Amino acid sequence: MNQPKASTHITQNESLIFERSQTGRTGYRLPALDVDEAPLDQLVPARLRREDDLAGVPEVSEVDVVRHFTRISTWNYHIDLGMYPLGSCTMKYNSRLNERVARIPGFANLHPLAPERDAQGALQVIYELQQHLAEITGLAGISLQPAAGAHGEMTGVMIIRAFLDARDGATEEKRRHVMLIPDSAHGTNPASAHLSGFTVKTVRSTPEGQTDLDALRELCASNDVAGLMLTNPNTVGLFEKNIREICRIVHDAGGLVYMDGANMNALVGWARPGDMGVDVIHLNLHKTFSTPHGGGGPGSGPCCCTRELEPYLPVPRVVRDDDGFALDYGEPRSIGRVKAFFGNFGMHLRALSYILTHGADGLREATEAAVLNARVIARELTGEYDRPFNDPPMHEVVFTDKRQGRKGVNTLDIAKRLIDYGFHPMTIYFPLIVQGAMLIEPTESVGRQEIQQFVEAMRAISREAEETPELVRNAPHTTRIGRLDEAAAARKPVLRWQPEGKATAA
Amino acid sequence: MANIPEDLHYSKDHEWIRVEGDAGTVGITDHAQHSLGDVVYVELPKVGDKFMAHESFGNVESVKAVSELFCPVSGEITEVNESLQDTPETVNTDPYGAAWMIKIRIEDRGAVDKLMSAAEYEDYVKTEAE
Repeated sequence: MNQPKASTHITQNESLIFERSQTGRTGYRLPALDVDEAPLDQLVPARLRREDDLAGVPEVSEVDVVRHFTRISTWNYHIDLGMYPLGSCTMKYNSRLNERVARIPGFANLHPLAPERDAQGALQVIYELQQHLAEITGLAGISLQPAAGAHGEMTGVMIIRAFLDARDGATEEKRRHVMLIPDSAHGTNPASAHLSGFTVKTVRSTPEGQTDLDALRELCASNDVAGLMLTNPNTVGLFEKNIREICRIVHDAGGLVYMDGANMNALVGWARPGDMGVDVIHLNLHKTFSTPHGGGGPGSGPCCCTRELEPYLPVPRVVRDDDGFALDYGEPRSIGRVKAFFGNFGMHLRALSYILTHGADGLREATEAAVLNARVIARELTGEYDRPFNDPPMHEVVFTDKRQGRKGVNTLDIAKRLIDYGFHPMTIYFPLIVQGAMLIEPTESVGRQEIQQFVEAMRAISREAEETPELVRNAPHTTRIGRLDEAAAARKPVLRWQPEGKATAA
Repeated sequence: MANIPEDLHYSKDHEWIRVEGDAGTVGITDHAQHSLGDVVYVELPKVGDKFMAHESFGNVESVKAVSELFCPVSGEITEVNESLQDTPETVNTDPYGAAWMIKIRIEDRGAVDKLMSAAEYEDYVKTEAE
């Protein structure tokens, strides 16, 4: 691991393209003018021209540009390169077949304003994906409009608002204001609730990592509870085993239950939120259904709800009638449009392709493999790392730096050292209720061999933390640049390159 | 061991308050800054804002996470430490001095007695760590 490099290859030393600039170098040559030359003032009035000089704009040739971007592209870590164990993110492999389906010219080149009769195939894709998602979630009403997870969340919360306003009345006295959110929730949950005008109250977790039912009952006694936003499995990777009781408590108090679908990869084919008593959820097609994720997006965050809430879903809805598929704008109770056109349609194609190629059995198997992989890691690393909760995890497992902390090695150090072993680090310092959290989600996209390599790397780091803590504290050692000063980067960011001699701080 | 000055009162949310008459100065403890890691941004309220005890009066952003700041007692903001805008790192280096966050007019002096003493806070930090 600590072999010194023979030499630093040029690919590792690529500088900024600004620094490659050579005065007068170009990547093009214009043909000779075949019209009369005219003064610049005559062509472009001075008021339309920028006044500052263009000093510093890189002057480079074509080969400079190609090599520059090719070299820096090799620094990237991506899902096609290896395991990406970011907990709560479900970074699974994106099959080439799904990409190919999304590029079928009839879909890829279809104009979003094409009349319904010319877009029957695309409408059928949306309709059928909705049918599949309804079956998977046990919730009848689906909208594919939301652009990604947090957007789907907010759509769900707005539907809760609209439903309650219709039921209770929309005046300030009659409105329910409180949205309950467990202390383990994703940060987007309180953000969505707050943005939709709710007051957030926190439900604490038990020492076993479950929602505290007594705390929930106490909060539900107020008669002002609009709903609960719950992630299941929750962010510490545990299935909320009291989910039915949780839903009953909230329903009895007159509220609705929203489930954050970020962790659906632990449930697909095995358990359905609709059967648990959940009223509305969002899915992340870019997590659970294998569409690209993280820089490669765009995402897609379908909102799924009960028959009772269906009238409030965004319009237009894709409906089926005797003539085929049509767009229905007619529902007056709808919260309205939340996205231009029909959402990120390319993601719908990929997700439908994923669902159809797996089939019901394949989806169940993928869920099994995802949970099994996480449980293998949980078992194999329990000797080395402290696990705050003993229950078997679902698709992700949380550890802490408690043991390594005694030697002054913390979660950040362990994550950085993992880079030296060729792995993307896990999610760190989330969930917030776990001090020094390391949240690991292998997904079903890794086989036993790579799981074992990951386990070996984590064990080696644990040994190093004991024997040579300095080595871990100063990691990474094998990368192009070492540990970055994250605090300085946040406190005094340098936001753009400056020509030499000018001030460098933004 | 974290530094816990004798002359301050402490909340379970890891804030300290220095009391002079009905005036209180509030910041976060040495233990809190240590748990947060390098602080990169502090968001504070406006003078004249009123907060209840345990209500969030702002937040502090570290390289790890954004955390809420909770008012140890109810009162009205009389002054905020503007210098933290430019030098958030003082929260790490001088949490009880230069990195004071707000000054408040304490609504009920009796509420201060419900907070922890230095010795009680030390025990509290110890039990929380277990």
